[in-house]
Amino acid sequence: MQKLWFFLIAAVLMTSAVAAQNAPKYLTRDGKLKFDATATSSPEKIEALSNSATCVLDAGTGEMAWQVLLKGFKFEKALMQEHFNENYVESDKFPKATFKGRITNLSEVNLSKDGTYNAVVTGKMSLHGVEKDITANGAVTVSGGKIRINAGFSLLLSDYNISIPSVVSQNIAKEAKILIDATLEPKQ
Amino acid sequence: MKKVYLLSFFFLPVFLHAQGDDLLSMLGDEKTTDYATASFKTNRVVNGHSLENTAKGVLDTKFSHRFNPLRQGLYDIFGLDGASIRIGADYGITDRLMVGAGRSTYEKTIDGFVKYKILRQSTGARNMPITLAYVADIQLNTLKFEDPTRDNKFSDRVAYTHQLLIGRKFSRSFTLQLMPTLIHRNLTSSPNDKNDVMAIGAAGRIKLTKRVALNAEYYFVPDGQLEAAYVNSLSIGFDIETGGHVFQLHFTNSPYMTYKGFVTETQEDWFFKNDEGKMLSGIRFGFNISRVFTLVKPKIQ
Repeated sequence: MQKLWFFLIAAVLMTSAVAAQNAPKYLTRDGKLKFDATATSSPEKIEALSNSATCVLDAGTGEMAWQVLLKGFKFEKALMQEHFNENYVESDKFPKATFKGRITNLSEVNLSKDGTYNAVVTGKMSLHGVEKDITANGAVTVSGGKIRINAGFSLLLSDYNISIPSVVSQNIAKEAKILIDATLEPKQ
Repeated sequence: MKKVYLLSFFFLPVFLHAQGDDLLSMLGDEKTTDYATASFKTNRVVNGHSLENTAKGVLDTKFSHRFNPLRQGLYDIFGLDGASIRIGADYGITDRLMVGAGRSTYEKTIDGFVKYKILRQSTGARNMPITLAYVADIQLNTLKFEDPTRDNKFSDRVAYTHQLLIGRKFSRSFTLQLMPTLIHRNLTSSPNDKNDVMAIGAAGRIKLTKRVALNAEYYFVPDGQLEAAYVNSLSIGFDIETGGHVFQLHFTNSPYMTYKGFVTETQEDWFFKNDEGKMLSGIRFGFNISRVFTLVKPKIQ
């Protein structure tokens, strides 16, 4: 009898484990993340690109997490890149920007069926030692077992204690536009 | 045995659940190499080179003055009435290799150098505690020969410098470097001066704010190589960074900005007694203005 109980409990737990495994996780380590803080009056472009944003998506729960190393952002001007790291995001102190959240309209996003869906993602953005709730809209394209995410949103730099000296306020926008293009593959 | 087997069933889902808790932990720690950057605001401390290089494809123009000693006061506007000047430009061929050239008023000198970063301080996948760079510099005195009757040779005009820069960015705000230096002069002004002069330099910087740093640089020449009239070079200055410029404002006892000049030909200490035993100061004000231009933009897809 006791053995039977063990068997039953084990079976129940196993099924839940199997269920968790059935909802696959998708990830990428080479997502593209573009950052643009060019003010309308700026004579020079203030933008940078990272090709190594990482993202994990749990297809079962819609939970997603992002991470990008700030030193990985490449600017056209080396000095701008140095100033970005040294004076603005202080990447020695705060090396990463992270986002943890979930797809809130998962019922409208069928990750197991090919197609393009509009997704709303809400969660916590952490940058420069400050954590803030953000919501972003994006397109999720499911195709051939891969999930492509395209999204754009803005961050108010002052929300993250990133101050812009008045000398360069003509060049640097108060809001940075973030564009994401990442293709996630199922975790092996 | 069976019990252990069964127990593992209990733990299996627990493990799986723990993974779901933090999706990012699934990624593990990716091993990247994090190179130390911005150990100095620019590629010079004051007169000599710092651990930094000009980035690939970037032209760094240098406009430098060293004024007369402060000691004459208002009569000489604290030295501003007279200046020794160097105008030059540096260019980054790669992020580790740079070249540069300049022209100074002192001895109408033309100088050129090559600087290569042999080791770069880094953490992560590749761990390196220090940065090591090598500077090879040549300078040419283009004054007319003083004595045309002498057997003057072109080689008499030339001096070479070999220098290692060994340093570390200890923290966000503190960097220290040592600079063993060898200067060879084909012709010296006195037989008591050695052609080969060994010197050791030390330099550091402390960041005062995000955009202002305090730099110091000292070159020590061990005795027995130069006439007693020559003294060691000491400079203390501020680096002030604006958008595309770095302003280096400093106090120094060297009016010269090339290695042969400031290491082997500095004549007045910060404080010294003149022949009559009167206390004087050889402190001068000076500045370097550095402005960078990106000539070749890196490809960013």
